[in-house]
Amino acid sequence: MAEQQTELVPTVIADELHIVYRVNGAKTGKGSATAALSRIVKRGSDDAARGVRKVHAVRGVSFVAYRGEAIGLIGSNGSGKSTLLRAIAGLLPAEKGKVYTDGQPSLLGVNAALMNDLTGERNVILGGLAMGMSREEIKERYQDIVDFSGINEKGDFITLPMRTYSSGMAARLRFSIAAAKDHDVLMIDEALATGDRKFQKRSEERIRELRKEAGTVFLVSHNNKSIRDTCNRVLWLERGELRMDGPTEEVLKEYEKFTGK
Amino acid sequence: MSAPPSPHEGLPARQLAAKYGLSVSGARPGLGEYVRQLWGRRHFILAFSQAKLTAQYSQAKLGQLWQVVTPLLNAAVYFFIFGVILEADRGMPREVYIPFLVTGVFVFTFTQSSVMAGVRAISGNLGLVRALHFPRASLPISFSLQQLQQLLFSMVVLFAVSAGFGSYPDLSWLLIVPVLALQFLFNTGLALIMARAGSKTPDLAQLMPFVMRTWMYASGVMFSIPIMLEGKPQWVANVLQWNPAAIFMDLMRFALIDGYGSENLPDHVWAAAGGWAALFAVGGFVYFWKAEERYGRG
Repeated sequence: MAEQQTELVPTVIADELHIVYRVNGAKTGKGSATAALSRIVKRGSDDAARGVRKVHAVRGVSFVAYRGEAIGLIGSNGSGKSTLLRAIAGLLPAEKGKVYTDGQPSLLGVNAALMNDLTGERNVILGGLAMGMSREEIKERYQDIVDFSGINEKGDFITLPMRTYSSGMAARLRFSIAAAKDHDVLMIDEALATGDRKFQKRSEERIRELRKEAGTVFLVSHNNKSIRDTCNRVLWLERGELRMDGPTEEVLKEYEKFTGK
Repeated sequence: MSAPPSPHEGLPARQLAAKYGLSVSGARPGLGEYVRQLWGRRHFILAFSQAKLTAQYSQAKLGQLWQVVTPLLNAAVYFFIFGVILEADRGMPREVYIPFLVTGVFVFTFTQSSVMAGVRAISGNLGLVRALHFPRASLPISFSLQQLQQLLFSMVVLFAVSAGFGSYPDLSWLLIVPVLALQFLFNTGLALIMARAGSKTPDLAQLMPFVMRTWMYASGVMFSIPIMLEGKPQWVANVLQWNPAAIFMDLMRFALIDGYGSENLPDHVWAAAGGWAALFAVGGFVYFWKAEERYGRG
């Protein structure tokens, strides 16, 4: 790290963080009506008896992230990476422990706010508003977003409903909308690396740009190469626990040994 | 474990956070701050409601025409059942009864659909709640706003029906504006309450249609409460007449229909309408805000 000499300013502090999901009606065994009834009758007793299953996704994770760091999150599927990101963003309430942040961390992604039945044009506006941009900001960046997505390269597609797009085109537009905003603490989930080779290159470049503007970046990825390229520190999660936390090379070496690569 | 050397070794997280002015992520803001944030999102709330409204009929061939056709068909069905077959128009001449019925159906549907949308406002949009940051009250408010816009389309039909049965536009039609405003406040408050309840117990989405239907039949949508309940104890009629749905329906009928005079309204009806609206809007908002940091848990 180049800025080792300057004072380290923490931007995100996780303190013994626990996240628990509750899933209704997932009791093992039959999902019959009588089972559901007995669940209601047993209301007073604990969650397990009522057929509410708890999934303990993050178990006591603590770390401090500093300004200027790019932190990779690795671990096998279901190890709690995405959940941890959402908890840092304050989108998932913590069961125990706390996350302290500098400003409002944002997750890169607007998929959920977009509607397939609306035109690309209206989705750009809706997505921008959902991310908290003002109408003026969106108007200003509208053309950039459309150009970046490349949607209009093959004709005037932006005025068609999004359900008529190919999956690649839709993914490109979604990324372009999501990446249009600048963030203090930025979190990127791997699922965003979509589109053809040309677009992937363009989006990698955009992510690097965002990194420069943001104070701290978190990146979830299964691609060790992209972690090496972008991150200087790695958190390794396994079964919701922080297994290792350190400089990229050190952690990745252990991780590769663990996954048997 | 090989955490990088930290200059803050040993300092507890809470003190470290305080030292650098970090705040708890996802903590519930104060009520004033919450209102301010919500106001900052007003464009999103409006755009989201309009988007939902448009998306509703975007696959249909007739497209947005359904906004008007759907309430028209609704009114026709109710007229056929209650006006022609059951003859529920007791005590009212036909040119009053038909606008009376159509007004009732539309005004009640406004409340009914706001409640139903409210129940699913959080539980049906978990993806959105878990992906982006915004005051969660945006969702139920946006859904009631969508229903208000839907009602405005219905009002076109309603105006046509009223005029068709001899109630022409006059000054009293201006009263529609405050009635709609008060009902919108009431509906939004109710939607906020249902949104919180529905996020904890999604089963309410299955239960509410029955509750709403009971409420509809008890509110005099298709009959006049005082006439139907003649001979029953007075307090029964009072309770039914003072319920918010009946009050908003009666006020709207009073505003629109020439032959429906103030003798049909309970005493202090405007105070009651304002009271219900204020009670639910403020109460519902505070109730919803109290659980703000907990929405989004599975």
